[in-house]
Formats: sequence, structure tokens, C-alpha cells
Amino acid sequence: MPMFLREASLKRHTVLDLLFRNLTRVSAFGVLVLLAAIIGSLVVGSMPTIRAFGFGFLTSSDWDPVNDQFGALIPIVGTLVTSAIALLIAIPVSFGIAIFLTELSPRVLRRPLGVAIELLAGIPSIIYGMWGLFVFAPLFAEHVEPWLNDHIGTMPYIGPFFSGPPMGIGMLAAGIILAIMVIPFIASVMRDVFEVVPTLLKESAYGLGATTWEVMWKVVLPYTKIGVVGGIMLGLGRALGETMAVTFVIGNAHELSKSLLMPGNSIASALANEFTEAYGELYTSALIELGLILFFITFVVLSLARYMLYKLGQREGQAS
Amino acid sequence: MNNKLRQFVIGIAATAALACAGASQAAGITGAGATFPYPIYAKWAEAYKAQTGVGMNYQSIGSGGGIKQITAKTVDFGASDMPLKPEELDKNGLVQFPTVIGGVVPVVNIKDIGAGQLKLDGATLANIYLGKITKWNDPALVALNKDLKLPADNITVVHRSDGSGTTFIFTNYLSKVSAEWKSAVGESTAVSWKAGIGGKGNEGVAANVQRMKNTIGYVEYAYALQNKMNTVQMKNRDGQFVKPEDNSFKAAAAGAQWDKAPGFYKILTDEAGKGSWPISGATFVLMHKVQEKPETGKEVLKFFDWTYDKGGKLASDLDYVPLPENVVKLIRAAWKTQIKDATGKALVQ
Repeated sequence: MPMFLREASLKRHTVLDLLFRNLTRVSAFGVLVLLAAIIGSLVVGSMPTIRAFGFGFLTSSDWDPVNDQFGALIPIVGTLVTSAIALLIAIPVSFGIAIFLTELSPRVLRRPLGVAIELLAGIPSIIYGMWGLFVFAPLFAEHVEPWLNDHIGTMPYIGPFFSGPPMGIGMLAAGIILAIMVIPFIASVMRDVFEVVPTLLKESAYGLGATTWEVMWKVVLPYTKIGVVGGIMLGLGRALGETMAVTFVIGNAHELSKSLLMPGNSIASALANEFTEAYGELYTSALIELGLILFFITFVVLSLARYMLYKLGQREGQAS
Repeated sequence: MNNKLRQFVIGIAATAALACAGASQAAGITGAGATFPYPIYAKWAEAYKAQTGVGMNYQSIGSGGGIKQITAKTVDFGASDMPLKPEELDKNGLVQFPTVIGGVVPVVNIKDIGAGQLKLDGATLANIYLGKITKWNDPALVALNKDLKLPADNITVVHRSDGSGTTFIFTNYLSKVSAEWKSAVGESTAVSWKAGIGGKGNEGVAANVQRMKNTIGYVEYAYALQNKMNTVQMKNRDGQFVKPEDNSFKAAAAGAQWDKAPGFYKILTDEAGKGSWPISGATFVLMHKVQEKPETGKEVLKFFDWTYDKGGKLASDLDYVPLPENVVKLIRAAWKTQIKDATGKALVQ
């Protein structure tokens, strides 16, 4: 009798386990199916422009809804440039925040500071946009951009990138706002991964006389590089796809300009701005193709990151 | 931000009204489209509901979306700020009629120049937006404003970044008064701008104009009024300088020859009339010619019939301009001949 009971319970558990396993499988494959469906509908939706413009769509800077002439160059450049500026600012700052929180900060401060950074991540992006337009842009136009014009704008080579009328909004402003928005993401991931570095490793390095900087750069960072790159990618993903905040401060001009102080456009903000009132097959389709391109850019960036990690891993193998 | 807040409050009120409606009366009419008339449609719906018990649910998803939804028959009426051309109406089996009038006004932010002081004509405005006039003390501007002291600063042009009926009315006007604008840019809800920066929505344009010196932008009249922005005087077709106000919009609507416009395809820009504001426009409602559900179709017509009779005061309160009597007469006549049920019987007799 006890034997029989045990068998019954075993059977029940096997069934439950099977059910659980299939449930997880369905969830995982469900994501794949969803992804395929989204790509499929984007491709179908953008067929009219693909047929009309082909690859020329990627290199043309036209954007003329009246005459149905569309090209994606300006939004593509705008998306990449603003995201690059954002990462350029956000990575070092986040690194600093994470080091401070895990190594240097007094214990009492750690929790409140950590929570504050996580709270920043929860602020709706439109708030960043409105703050950017009403508070940041005027200050930027009055105090920072004239300085950039006078000091960096006159330099050879990089000068042209920093000269232009001080309007407060433009690619640089959008990049800075994006940086503020992605810092909490990158910083909190970095902090989390830095915290899991075994104390033994760090103490050993300190014991050998390493400075805090050496410990961070030579022990903690190599140990956590996958997590760190993951955090940066999370931030980059947010920067590439950010819509509302960028729309407010980028200036929304379909104009290709060397200067980072001039207005530009990004893929996400072009979509947000124009989709509701887009009328006509080609116009809608051009916007959908922009979405497809953003999808593709994100995919390429993620693949590059993976490849980079893979290469790093390989080099390590050789060294030891 | 006043306008936004108001829309929000009205939205809440309308939602609350609709929620109450759900309990007592399930059936109501639905519409979707342009954002520009949303505040007044919501207000009308609320008042109409209180009087008749019939609810009207309007979703402001944009004119493009409104046209798509009515074509797909997911709503009882669509709304658009840009009227469809008669041939497009015929292709989709639609009729359209105007509901209410609004104006588009250029707004400026120049040192020491107050509201209604700067004078502009169509050609100059077009050249500013084409990027050909780049300084406020350009000879063309000085010639129009001999009594003003214009600064020697660069003009920063602000336009809408999102597709908008406001942009359509504005670019339609510029196309009418400037041949170069017509060939280089044209008219649409979104165009290929030759100069300036884009702001999202009226509030985006207004924020940029108020924030930066030496700027010019264009916003809906109600928006300029509520935010106390510096408007300009425009030279109209009759050569008169007029200020943007209720009367000048009404004059534009009255001067227009609606009876000669098939499908009410009429944009109230550059209209004749001494007092007429040259950049006005009506917003339109789209319905199917053949109503598959005649009962609902009748309710829609009843609703708009009521707004023509009783909605004028509410419209004026929100700084819209009601249609003139003669236009309403034409619309009612058009309903009788154009909107029918499946058997070919007119919905309204």
C-alpha cells in the first residue's frame, strides 16, 4: 500500500514536471514566434517602399511627403549619432557610479544612493523630454553652446561639429538627455555584477598592493565583463529606441548637418511624429521601413557585442 | 499647457459621462480622427448626452487614422482636418461636411514687439519659411513695418514636427500665395521643410517660440490665445491687414463660395473679403454614402444637426468659430441627397 502511494505520487510529479517543462518551452518559443511575426509584418508593411526605392532608401536624404520621395539616411544618422553620444557620456559615468557604490561609498549611503538610481530608471521618458525642453535646453543654449562655439568650434578638424546657432536643442542635446536616461540602467547592472565579484579575488589583489583603480580595472572588470557589456547593451537598446524624450529635444528637422548643435531627426522620433497623420501607401510604408531598419540596427549592434565578447574570450584562452 | 490641461479635464469628463452612459444606454455613436476638433467634439458629446441620453465616443487618433478607420468601417464617422478631394471621396464611397472653423496664426518672439504689431504678407511669410529671408531687418520686412524697429538678428523658424491639419492649412495658404513655395514644398499635413526646427504639437511649437528669441512659428488660434502669444497681422487677399480674431475667421468662412465646392472641398485660405483672415480652415467629418446601419447613421446626423443648432456657444467658449448659417443650410441639403440606406432611401427627409 505505501509502495503504491509512492508510485502514484511519482507519476503525478512526472506529469507536473512534463507540464512545467512544456510550459517553459511554449514561453520561449512564443517569443520567437512573436519576433518572427513582428519582422514579417514589418517586411510586408515596407514592401511598397522597398519596391519603389530599393537600397537607395538607405542612402537618400530626401524626405518629402508631398511628392512621395523618401529616404532614411537622416534618421539613421541621427539615431546612431545620438546613441553614440549617449554611450560616450553614460559609460564612464555609470562605471564611476558603480565603483563608488560597491567599493568606496560608506555603507549607510549605499542603499539610498542605489535606490535613487533605480528610481531614475522609473521616470517616464516624456518627463525627461519636457525637462530637456523647458529646463535643460535654455540653460544649454545660454551657457554651454556659446562656450562650445567660442572654444571648440574654432578648433581645426573637430570645430565644425561644435559650431552653429545656440538653439539649445539639437543632436548634442538629445545625446545628453539620452545619456541621463540610460545611466540608471547601465549603472545598476554594473553595480549588481560588481557586487558578485568574490571578495577573495579583490582582497588578494589589494594584498598584493594593488590600488583601487588597479583592482577595478584589472580584477573586477575582467571578471564581470559579460555583465558589463550586457548592461551597456541594455542602455544602448534604450537609447536607440527612445522616442518621446528625443522628439522633444532633437529639433525634428530632416536636415543633414555636420554640426552636433544643429537639429536632426531619429528613427523613433520620426515614427512618433509622423505615423498618426501619415496618409497614403508610400508614406506609411516608408515609416514602417524605418521601423524595420531600427530593428535591424539593434540586431547588428547586439550581434557585434556578442562577437566582441567572443573575441575577448578567445584572447584570454591564448594568454593563459 | 492650458490647452492640454483643458483637453485632459474634458477627456476625463467625457470618459466619466460615457461610463455612466454604459449603464443606462448601451448604444452610442463612435467617431475617430483629427486631434484639432477633439476638445469641442468631447464638449458637444457631453452636452448632447445630457440632453438626449445618446452618447458619442470620439477618439482623437489623427486625421490619417480617422480616414483609415472610416474607410474600414470600424467607426460611424471619421474626422479629418484635411478635406478629401471629391474623386477620393467617390473612390471610397464617402461624403464629407465641415463642422467647425479654426484659424492658424503665425506667432513671433522678437524683442520689444508686442502682440499684433508685426505685419506680414503671404509672400514674405513664404520666403521666411523657405529660408530666403533670414534676418528680421530684411528689406521686405522693413517695408511692411515702417513704424517698428526690427532687430538685425537671424530668424529662427519653428514648424510642426508631427503631421498635422494645422500644417496642412498653413502650407495650403503658402502654396496659394507663393508659386515658389508651391513648386519647392507644396501642401500636406507634413512637408519637406526648407528651414528651421520642428516642435511636436502646438505645445512644442509654442514652447520653442516662447523659449528662444527672434523666432517665428505657427499655432492654432485657440492655442495662441490661451497662451497669450504674440500674434501678427496678415495682409489678406483684399490688401487689408487683419488681426486673428473670431470675426476675421467668420469673415473668411462667409466669403467662401461653399455652394461651388463639390464635396465641401474648400480650404478657407486666402479667401476674399475685407476682414477675412487668410489662414483659416474648417475641420471635416467623413461618413459613408450608403449606411449599412441606417439607425446609427441617423443618430450621427442627429448629433451634428444638434451641434449646428445648439453647439455654437460651446464652440465659441473654446475659441472655435461656428459655421455661418448659409453653410449649415447647404450641409443639411447635402445630407438629404447624399446619405442613404442600403435601399437608396435618404436617411433624413
